[in-house]
Amino acid sequence: MNVRLYLLQRATAAIMAPLVLAHLVLIYYATSRGLSAADILGRTRGSLVWGAFYALFVLCAAVHGAIGVRAVVGEWTPLRGRALDVAMWAVGLLLAVLGLRAVAAVVL
Amino acid sequence: MRGEAGHRRSALWLAALVHRLSGLALACFLPVHFLALGLAIDGDAHLDAFLRWSARPLVKVAETLLVFLLAVHLLGGLRVLAVENLAWREGQRRLALMAGGGAVLAAALFLLVAFR
Repeated sequence: MNVRLYLLQRATAAIMAPLVLAHLVLIYYATSRGLSAADILGRTRGSLVWGAFYALFVLCAAVHGAIGVRAVVGEWTPLRGRALDVAMWAVGLLLAVLGLRAVAAVVL
Repeated sequence: MRGEAGHRRSALWLAALVHRLSGLALACFLPVHFLALGLAIDGDAHLDAFLRWSARPLVKVAETLLVFLLAVHLLGGLRVLAVENLAWREGQRRLALMAGGGAVLAAALFLLVAFR
């Protein structure tokens, strides 16, 4: 892992720490209340705050996850060099596209 | 071989392995999670049907495992950030055990809330 990837991995981890904590609290809240789709979407639709919160979360998770997968694949499989970069970009793009689509689905 | 594998009995080696495996598991789960949330694009009814399905006991147990993975990756990651960015402290093994214990508590709390 080069220095840029290392710093990106750590920076996204630091940004996500409070986001994950907030997400866990939301999971407990939604589960304890047994919220329906209407309840959830009623709170999220049209909300700039939830949109920004989860868009940031998704983008950080995509970058963090892609770099993490690259490191693991590089150590545990014979893949090296360009193949590792392709795997990293594939994972990152998949997570970013599906994640932002999910954010759009619950916010717009 | 026994000597070479001795480090595998170390709590810190186990903590690094758990952090790595939990990260991989979360990376595999996230696309499914995003696709489930994306059901809302087709209307509330689709998401509601998924939420009803997720109320099954077996799914709640699976969700508990996911909460554990998220919590253990978060707490293990905070430990890594502390090791790398703060002054070295003794008791790293205890910190790793606390991270694992905290994740078990978070999962247990979810289990209580889910089956209440």
